[in-house]
Amino acid sequence: MTTEPNPTPKEPSRLYRMWDSDLAYAFRTAPVAIAATLVALIIIGGAVFAPWLATMNPFNPAELNLMNGFTPPMEPNAFTGETFLMGADNQGRDMLSTILYGTRTSLFVGAMAVLFAMVLGISVGLFAGWRGGWVDSALMRVADVQLAFPAILIALLVFGIARGFIPDNLRDQLAIWVLIVAIGLSDWVQFARVVRGATMVEKNKEYVQAARVIGAHPVKIMFRHILPNVMGPVLVIATISLALAIIAEATLSFLGVGVPPTQPSLGTLIRIGQSFLISGEWWILLFPALTLLALALSVNLLGDWLRDALNPRLR
Amino acid sequence: MAEPLLSVRDLVVEFPTRRGILRALDRVSFDIMPGEVLGMVGESGAGKSITGAAIIGLIEPPGRIASGEIRLKGQRIDNITPEAMRKIRGKRIGMVFQDPLTSLNPLYTVAQQLIETIRTHIDCSEAEARKRAVALLDRVGIPAAARRIDDYPHHFSGGMRQRVVIALALCAEPELVIADEPTTALDVSVQSQIIEVLKDICAERGAAVMLITHDMGVIAETADRVAVLYAGRMAEVGPVREVITEAMHPYTAGLMSSIPTLTQESDRLVQIPGAMPRLNAIPTGCAFNPRCAKAFGPCTVERPELIAQEGGRQVACWLYDEAKRREVPHV
Amino acid sequence: MSDPLVKIDGLTRRFDVSKPWLNRVIEREDKQFLTANADVSFEIGRGETFALVGESGSGKSTIAKMVVGLLAPSAGTITFDGQRIDAGAGIPRSLRRRFQMIFQDPFASLNPRWRVGEIISEPIRTFGLMNATDARKEAGRLLEVVGLSANDVNKFPHEFSGGQRQRIAIARALSSKPEFIVCDEPTSALDVSVQAQILNLMRDLQDEFGLTYLLISHDLSVVRHMSSRIGVLYLGRLVEVAQGKKLFTEPQHPYTRMLLDAVPDLALSGRRRRPVEGEIPNPISPPSGCAFHPRCPLAFDRCKQEIPQPRQTPIGQAACHALDHAVA
Ligand SMILES: Nc1ncnc2c1ncn2[C@@H]1O[C@H](COP(=O)(O)OP(=O)(O)OP(=O)(O)O)[C@@H](O)[C@H]1O
Ligand SMILES: Nc1ncnc2c1ncn2[C@@H]1O[C@H](COP(=O)(O)OP(=O)(O)OP(=O)(O)O)[C@@H](O)[C@H]1O
Ligand code: SF4
Ligand code: SF4
Ligand SMILES: [Mg+2]
Ligand SMILES: [Mg+2]
Repeated sequence: MTTEPNPTPKEPSRLYRMWDSDLAYAFRTAPVAIAATLVALIIIGGAVFAPWLATMNPFNPAELNLMNGFTPPMEPNAFTGETFLMGADNQGRDMLSTILYGTRTSLFVGAMAVLFAMVLGISVGLFAGWRGGWVDSALMRVADVQLAFPAILIALLVFGIARGFIPDNLRDQLAIWVLIVAIGLSDWVQFARVVRGATMVEKNKEYVQAARVIGAHPVKIMFRHILPNVMGPVLVIATISLALAIIAEATLSFLGVGVPPTQPSLGTLIRIGQSFLISGEWWILLFPALTLLALALSVNLLGDWLRDALNPRLR
Repeated sequence: MAEPLLSVRDLVVEFPTRRGILRALDRVSFDIMPGEVLGMVGESGAGKSITGAAIIGLIEPPGRIASGEIRLKGQRIDNITPEAMRKIRGKRIGMVFQDPLTSLNPLYTVAQQLIETIRTHIDCSEAEARKRAVALLDRVGIPAAARRIDDYPHHFSGGMRQRVVIALALCAEPELVIADEPTTALDVSVQSQIIEVLKDICAERGAAVMLITHDMGVIAETADRVAVLYAGRMAEVGPVREVITEAMHPYTAGLMSSIPTLTQESDRLVQIPGAMPRLNAIPTGCAFNPRCAKAFGPCTVERPELIAQEGGRQVACWLYDEAKRREVPHV
Repeated sequence: MSDPLVKIDGLTRRFDVSKPWLNRVIEREDKQFLTANADVSFEIGRGETFALVGESGSGKSTIAKMVVGLLAPSAGTITFDGQRIDAGAGIPRSLRRRFQMIFQDPFASLNPRWRVGEIISEPIRTFGLMNATDARKEAGRLLEVVGLSANDVNKFPHEFSGGQRQRIAIARALSSKPEFIVCDEPTSALDVSVQAQILNLMRDLQDEFGLTYLLISHDLSVVRHMSSRIGVLYLGRLVEVAQGKKLFTEPQHPYTRMLLDAVPDLALSGRRRRPVEGEIPNPISPPSGCAFHPRCPLAFDRCKQEIPQPRQTPIGQAACHALDHAVA
């Protein structure tokens, strides 16, 4: 018997293979993607390491000095002589620290909401695509109906219903989780649709039939065989959804129905800041707003780039 | 010897990629005589379709013709403007592709497409063009052509569509038809009908055919001469009968004996070890040398060029270079 | 056959190809069914290669899928060594382990995200035949059996050529030590020079492990080279079954003859082939009686009314009314 020559005589390291992959190459040659990643990383890093980076914990009343209220950026305070890079708000909190902590909350809610939407959407999508028939039709009709309503409306609705069920004393404690579920529920449809479509394609491929011939369990086939092959588009949607979820959270918090006041997010900060705009204290609004914009934009750009990079037809 | 209709000399087609330049065709040369059927065979990825695309100026960018020349009746067509090329396509060179649906516009009736093509290339009235179109459809074997001509392509079956495509390729009376795997997507019983039609109608009109396929059986029955491509290079060119029955190039010989036939008796098929190299890993010297049982000294060092042999044959193999063989006497 | 390994009896499969319910109501159409296989019966003896040939859409793959339990028959039975293979009722593990399948497209039949070692050992793990370390070693050994290197277990499928991938697929099929392998067009996606390698490998493995094959192909030369017996399908019906090479020298059914005539001839005999008439009819509304009658040069009145039943021929069985008359 003759052996075909091995295609690659020596194994390159895993790290080198990643660096050498088409995706990594596409990334290296896309300035927009690199810039967006840098911006996103700086903001995310700031949020994650907020307790170490921030000069104060803005939500610990013991650290606050009301005398510092309304200090403009880069100007020493008339009474205390303290200087704040981005100024201080009405209660004398350092804006930079406030933003770092606010971003932390925003990102946490956004990421958890996307994770929730992803898990729900992937499970529904895999199941609908695999079963087909009326199960699929029913699930997808539900998805269609939900898609007809604006996401914010659905989040508001879920939020309202949840409030009615949760006892008062737990309300603040659970508010964040309710928010996460509300945003997640408004967003799972996209994941479900994409995963369902991809599953319908994959399940007819011969590698899935090969697994069925040996009687592999359907759940195993769905999660071990099909899922890894549909993760590409899922990641793209996840990234774009993260930007949307952060904005949705900000919107809800801006409307006053989001996170509890003890744990303000960027949206809360914007709501607070907005009331001082007329009296001329612009920095209390501007810096949180810019942060939100930069975060949402960079993550969204990254998602867009990822979508194009993974689409072979555009390459 | 008469002037060739199409003459390809040292054609090089390259695709720049980030891992370097891929040479899909490496100094390919061949001629097609007027009225002749030239079969182009080779394994998947050998460069058959790229050769056809280069001739009609349809290589997808960033791919490009890096060097060499293509002449149609002595006139260069590889460096002319896209405008001029478009005039040649359809008028002087007709095309038939594997999937008939890609060559037909689903939004127009067959009549509309045929009449438009006829009138862009031939100066005649609408009624006149229609008459020609019906005659042509009739000729390619569409029953009740006068009635069916007003149908849309999706009303036809696969085989019928391919007949329509052949009619479309021939309606401007081209001198050359390039047919890229015209029957691969069709059933065996329909395949032979299509090949028959293509061959007869081209012969009738004196059009030469470049028939691209990986099916040696089709080539054997249809072509006058055959060109064998391997890894983007020409391995052997010659009259069909000779190449099939007494191949000179070790690759061609191996290929021919690895095909099971309806008459052979042996239990095992002859097999060539290994597979054709990918474009980014073509060995130095003769591209076939790692798989060749007869490889010797020069094979891994220097690339063999096509050497003319008796009977209008050409072969690119050091075994047929007397000087090289003398240098290495033990083979 | 005294004790066949696989017995297929009256196998029929219909697909519902109706438009959606609402469209049917609006357009006042009935449900539509496509009969992919009708009343197919044959037997496969131990250690033999039984081939099914037929043109595209004749129902070859549908039979293959039913035989390995991927699809439930609409009617008829499949018996494997005395046990029913019934996709609807569930197939016991002990039975499943004894048959395997090789697919046409080596680019689609291996999960692109799995390493070759995992791919090959999946049946071993699913059937719980060995522990993880042994399964891994076995994967390497099987790679060597099919002519690759044991080190390839850590690679991904995209690092291999089409022929090499088909070898990996064969290694996977062998890993549960089956007795019977269904091969659906195992070489149609490969080049001829690689096809020869794979066909030779399949033969070697058959000799070594005493395998029984159901080989499906549209390529008559491949079928002739590989098979001990051959079944010819037309529009879902078995029109002829015959002993291997005899089918090519003494074809009995007019369709078999036509198919043989249509094969391009490498031998350059220069025979001018009788051009075949017509195309395969739409399987949703096949012609009445013998489905081949619109294209058959021998067709007569009875052919349009009555579906021919298989009858004995010198080389096997064939379903054609003309055979009665010819014998008489
Ligand atoms: N757009 C492209 N970019 C890079 N490489 C390409 C491109 N198009 C074709 N090639 C390469 O050129 C080579 C020749 O391709 P070609 O399509 O001519 O093969 P072929 O002989 O027609 O094969 P087949 O029988 O599969 O049609 C292949 O190796 C292919 O990978
Ligand atoms: N899931 C399905 N739903 C509806 N029709 C189907 C389905 N699967 C197969 N068919 C039809 O059944 C017939 C037989 O199909 P099958 O795939 O068995 O043919 P085949 O002989 O394997 O053809 P090929 O050579 O093209 O693979 C075809 O007409 C096909 O369109
Ligand atoms: S040149 Fe050498 S390697 Fe190439 S085909 Fe001829 S003998 Fe074989
Ligand atoms: S039954 Fe009649 S139509 Fe069918 S194959 Fe025989 S002769 Fe032809
Ligand atoms: Mg091609
Ligand atoms: Mg099939």
